[in-house]
Amino acid sequence: MAANEQLAMLVQPDRVHRALYTDPAIFELELERIFGRAWLVLGHESQIPAAGDYFTTRMGREPVIVVRHDDGSVTVLINRCAHRGSMVCAEGRGNVERFVCPYHGWSYDRAGALKAAPFASGYAPGKLAELRLHPVPRVSVYRGFIFASAAPSGESLAQFLGPARASFDDFVDRAPGGELQVAGGVFKHAFNANWKLMLENHLDGAHPAWVHASSVAVARNAPEPGKPGEEHYYDIAVRQMRQNGAPDAVWEGTGIWSTPRGHGYMGDYHDDDRLVTGLGNPVFDEYRAALIRRLGQPEADRILRVTLWNTIIYPNCSFMSQFRQLRIIHPLAVDRSVVYTYSFRMPQAPAQMFKDTVAFANVVNGTGSWVLTDDLEVYERIQRGLSAGAPEWVYIGRGHGRDVDEPGARRGATGTSEVFIRGQMRAWLDYMTPQSP
Amino acid sequence: MSPEQFLYQEARLLDTQRYEEWLALFTDDATYWVPLEQGQKDPYETSSIIHDDRTLLELRVKQLRHPRAHARQPLARTVHQVTNVVELGKANGELHIGSTLTVVEFRNEKQRLYGALVEHRLRPQGDTFRIAHKRVDLVNSEGELDGIAILL
Repeated sequence: MAANEQLAMLVQPDRVHRALYTDPAIFELELERIFGRAWLVLGHESQIPAAGDYFTTRMGREPVIVVRHDDGSVTVLINRCAHRGSMVCAEGRGNVERFVCPYHGWSYDRAGALKAAPFASGYAPGKLAELRLHPVPRVSVYRGFIFASAAPSGESLAQFLGPARASFDDFVDRAPGGELQVAGGVFKHAFNANWKLMLENHLDGAHPAWVHASSVAVARNAPEPGKPGEEHYYDIAVRQMRQNGAPDAVWEGTGIWSTPRGHGYMGDYHDDDRLVTGLGNPVFDEYRAALIRRLGQPEADRILRVTLWNTIIYPNCSFMSQFRQLRIIHPLAVDRSVVYTYSFRMPQAPAQMFKDTVAFANVVNGTGSWVLTDDLEVYERIQRGLSAGAPEWVYIGRGHGRDVDEPGARRGATGTSEVFIRGQMRAWLDYMTPQSP
Repeated sequence: MSPEQFLYQEARLLDTQRYEEWLALFTDDATYWVPLEQGQKDPYETSSIIHDDRTLLELRVKQLRHPRAHARQPLARTVHQVTNVVELGKANGELHIGSTLTVVEFRNEKQRLYGALVEHRLRPQGDTFRIAHKRVDLVNSEGELDGIAILL
């Protein structure tokens, strides 16, 4: 296993070694030191509203069950029977009284306590009382979003998120009544490339003009989006694809921030009145009125003035707070990753806004998307390119030396700065080279 | 032409990359739907892998031809194998046809296999048909799928 000194040589201020994306030994170490320690986003409380509700997911490669306990708290259990190791729960979601292992019928309650095991007399007295479904040691919820950490101790979730908390605040504050529900199905898309490539792409303002050239061109030839009352169901997606073709000056002028722990976020580059709430539109006017009724004009105005596009929560999450899409990335192998994409409904907002969210998800973020498929193609081409032994280095120097330190965050000198990748790499190095591992 | 022959001809157009001719099989009010969820009833409140009206479908074909459509150029080679063709019913002057679809896709040194249940609503026109609705339910629509950039 690579020593800390060797790992430290792989990350330099404006370049990183290709081994970060291609070396299986480094990948295994990432699972242990990054995915085995960091707070990971697992989902949202609306997925498990009632006691006994559960869904399965992964932490790194490990299968886990996220379950609502009888007292209302959220528990995360390793999905592995204490007896011979079978997953006790099939993949999916549902409601249970007991998790029953399919192998020998051991059954566990919602908190993971072993309640019954057939042929119990075969075990030494007291032995079964020691066994249970292993709980993930730390679980925390921030404004409805469920996080867990496999490390028994470490910084709190609030410390981990730091200034990036504000993006979750934006997500929730925009929902009238603060109410959000995961809804509309889950896209699960996989690709043959390293997990980091997705996180390095979502705040990259220099890529849309190239990667998304074909969907920009097609959207420009699409019928003009309809006036209010005469809209096509997919107008929202056409508008978004057109925005991806914004002039260079727009991307350069968009804010980009990197915060401690590898998180980052991008300001909004949209100037379309169906994409930006504040620009006025009948649907948005109704929505804004709902916010004002709840919060009053000044607070509603404050919330709607926040303009964020993507936010990255390192190492496993990316979301669009204004567009209510959240993606969780699961690393499967050094060159294989899978992403789960969730949409959110605001139950107290106009119904049309969720239809927009669904149409947006289909065309922009879905498995058959006009946009995402080109990103996936590029991730796979990078992975194949980096399989070459030489040259060894990957250049992440756009804007390097011109980053601006602001309170709590480092800002790129321009919107296309790779400041956020450099921030991710600093976090990578912090996780990977602990002082006392 | 029998519905069965029509479906074979449709598949042939896709597999010989005659996508514009394939598009012309669809009526102006056609819909083309690849649901995300099994048994999905609604395309507006639940996401879809593809949910196109005739306009979007035409744009999808145009994207395939764009020289910088990275996930689509060079074009994938495909074989659409249509089997188990059955008549499910007739309504509003349209034939409702069910079939089973197996697609083999080859691109970028990767071969992929899809299986699906398909429903067509066919509107008779002269001695042939036009497609008013095509629904493709992939067996693994809810599973972990690599990006889909071909026409099913």
